[in-house]
Amino acid sequence: MSSATRETKSLWRFLLQELKPKGKLLTPFNVISVPIMAVAAWLLVIRFTYGLGAITNLNQEYPWGLWIGFDVITGVAFAGGAYVLTFMVYVLGQHKYEPIVRATVLNGLLAYVFYAGALLLDLGRPWNVINPVIGNSFGVSSVLFLVAWHFLLYMIAEFIEFSPAVAEWLVWKRARRVLHSLTLGAVIIGISLSTLHQSGLGALYLMAKGKIHPLWYSEFIPILFFVSSIFAGLSMVIFEGTISQRVFRHQISEEHHASHDEIVLSLAKICSGTMFVYLFLKMLVFLHGQQWTHLSDPMGYWYLVEILGFVLIPCLLFLQATRSGSLTLTRTAAALTLVGIILNRLNISVIAFKWYEPVRYVPSWMEVEVTLGVICAEIWAFRWIVNRMPVFTESPRWVHESVEEEAKARSADYPELAQEA
Amino acid sequence: MNRRGFLKTLSAAGMCALAPAAAGAGEPSGEAEKEFHGVLIDTTRCIGCRTCEVACAEANDLPVPDVSDESVRDYERKTSDTQFAVVNFYDTEKGEISVKKQCMHCNQPACASACLTKAMLKTPEGPVIWREDKCMGCRFCMISCPFDVPKFEYNSAIPRIRKCNMCWARLQEGEKPACVEQCPGDALMFGTRSELLEEARSRIYAAPDEYVHEIYGEHEVGGTGVLYLAAVPFSQLGFKTQLGTEAYPALTTGFLYSVPIVLTLWPALLLGLSNASKSRDEEEHEAKKSDRGGTSYVIRD
Repeated sequence: MSSATRETKSLWRFLLQELKPKGKLLTPFNVISVPIMAVAAWLLVIRFTYGLGAITNLNQEYPWGLWIGFDVITGVAFAGGAYVLTFMVYVLGQHKYEPIVRATVLNGLLAYVFYAGALLLDLGRPWNVINPVIGNSFGVSSVLFLVAWHFLLYMIAEFIEFSPAVAEWLVWKRARRVLHSLTLGAVIIGISLSTLHQSGLGALYLMAKGKIHPLWYSEFIPILFFVSSIFAGLSMVIFEGTISQRVFRHQISEEHHASHDEIVLSLAKICSGTMFVYLFLKMLVFLHGQQWTHLSDPMGYWYLVEILGFVLIPCLLFLQATRSGSLTLTRTAAALTLVGIILNRLNISVIAFKWYEPVRYVPSWMEVEVTLGVICAEIWAFRWIVNRMPVFTESPRWVHESVEEEAKARSADYPELAQEA
Repeated sequence: MNRRGFLKTLSAAGMCALAPAAAGAGEPSGEAEKEFHGVLIDTTRCIGCRTCEVACAEANDLPVPDVSDESVRDYERKTSDTQFAVVNFYDTEKGEISVKKQCMHCNQPACASACLTKAMLKTPEGPVIWREDKCMGCRFCMISCPFDVPKFEYNSAIPRIRKCNMCWARLQEGEKPACVEQCPGDALMFGTRSELLEEARSRIYAAPDEYVHEIYGEHEVGGTGVLYLAAVPFSQLGFKTQLGTEAYPALTTGFLYSVPIVLTLWPALLLGLSNASKSRDEEEHEAKKSDRGGTSYVIRD
C-alpha cells in the first residue's frame, strides 16, 4: 500500500473519530435545542412542499418578513465584529485583541453561513440562486446583486482567515503556512467587502421610498447601517465572549482569561465612540429631514424608544463602564445595544415598513420556530468546531516550533537583520 | 511584509474589486423612451363594464372574474397573482368613476433594476416582462415597485411572480393587448408612448373642461408606459400622487457608484495603514516571539 493511500485512510479515520460527540449528550442545551431543530426541519419540509404561504404569514403587501428582517439583516449586522476586530488587529496592529480574533472570525463565518444562508429558505425559487453567480444573468444594476456577491466572497475571505485553525486541527503543516500567509490579504479584502455589503443591506431599502415611515427612511440608510454594524458587531463580541468565557472556560488559558476583561473594556470604549457618531448622524438626518413633525404619534414614540432607550442609554452606559471599569455595566450596555439593533433592523424591514396598511404582518409561530432552529444549528456548529480546533485553546506546539525555525532560517538568510536585532 | 506579499495582496484585492466594480455602474437608460409602446387609459370614457378584466384573464389563462358581482364596487381591489387587471370604482366630486389598474410599465422600472437575475426585464418595445427561468423568487421587485404591482404565488412549491406583461406574446405576433382589443368603450388605446402623449394632449385641448390638465404617468417616477386621463384630480382615483418625477433606479445609483470607489481605494488604504502600523522593530520582535505562534499576525512567506 502506498503511503498516500495510507495517509488518506488515517485522515478518514481521524475525521470519523472527530465526528462523534465529545461531551455529555444530555446537557440542558441539547435537550432544548434538538427538539427545536427537529420541528424546524419538519416545518421546512412543509415549506418546500407547499410553498412559503404554508408556514409563513408573508403576503403580497409584506414580501419580506422575519426571515429576511431578523435572520439576514440583523444577523449580518451582528456578524460585523469580525471585520472590525480583524481591522484592529491586522491593519492597526493592536495585538491585545489577538486572543479573541479566532473566536470572532469563526462566529462571523458561521453567522454568514447560517443567517445569510437562511436566505435560501426564503427564496421562492432557490434552485435559481446560482443564476447571478455563474453569469448567465447578471443583474448588475441591482443592490441585491452586489450584496449576494459580497456575501459569497466574504464567506470565502472569512474561511481563509479561519483556515489556519483547520490546518492545525488536521496537522497539515505546509498548508497551514500557506494559508496563514494569506491572512492579511483576506482581511483587507474582507474589510472592503464588509463596508459595502453592511451598507448594501441598508441600500436594499432605498427604493422602498414612501413605504418606510419617514422617521426611518433616509437616503443615508446605507451609511447608518454601516456605522451601526460596527457597534452591533462589537456588542455581539462582548456578549458572545461573556458566554464563551464561562462555557469554554476549561479550554482558555489563564493568561487569555485574565486579559479578557481588559479587552472587553477597550471594546466598550470603541462602542461608545461609534454610537456617538451614529447618534450624531441620526440627529443630522432628523434635523435635515425636519422629522420632528412625525414625533407626536405612536410611531414617533416608538422611534424615540429605539433612539433614546436603545442607542443613547447604552452609549452612555458604555462610557460610564469604561470610566469605572465595570464589566457588568459593559455587558448590560452590550445587551441593550443588541436589542437596539434588532429594533432598528426590524423597524426598517417590518415594523415601519408599510406602517399605513390596515392589516399588518406579524410573523407566524412557525417563522419564529424556524429562526430559533437556525440559531441552534449555528451554536451546534460553533461548539463542534471549538471543541476540536484551536479556537480558544492554544495552537499546537509544532506551530510555534515551525515559526521559530522560520525565524532562524530568516536570520541565516539575512544576517544583517539578525545583527540589527 | 515583503514585496512579494505586497504584490500578492494587491493583486488579490484588485481581482476582487474588478467583478463587482464592473457590476456597479450599469443602469437602465431612458433614452429609448420614444420607442416604448404603452396604453393610454381615458377614464372619462370608461363605463366600468370590466370586459378588460375578462379579456385579461382569458389571455393569461387565469380564473375569469364574475362581472355580474356588484360587491366589487364597494371597496378598492388590488391586482393579485390570479388577476392582473382590476377595475375599481371611486366616488368623486363628479360622481362614480371607474379606473382600470394594472402594471404601469415604467420607463425605468424599479422592479427591473432591483432584479439581480434580470428575470424582470424592460423590453425595448416597452412591456416589463418576467422570465421564469431566471427568477430566484427573492421578491425584491415587490419591495421596490412604487405601485406594488408584482405578486408572488405564496402557495406554490414552484412559485412565480405574476403581473401584467402588456400581453407580450400577443405584441410579438403584431396584435394589441387583449384588454385594449376588447374594450367596448374605446377607453383604452395602444401605441408608442409619444403617440399616446400627443393623443392625450389633443383630447385635453379639445375638451378642456372635461379633463384635469394632467396626464398621470407622463412624469411620475420618470415616466410610465401606461398613461391616464381623468376628469377629477388623480388623488381622488386612488393614484399615488407623491411619487415624484425621479426614476426609482436613481435612488440607488449613488450607492452603486460608490462601490468601485470603495473596492479600489479601501484595499490600498488598508494596506498602507497596515504597513505604517508595523515598524521593522516590531516585526523582528514578533518573529522572535515564540509563545503565541498560532495567533501571530506577521505574514511570512
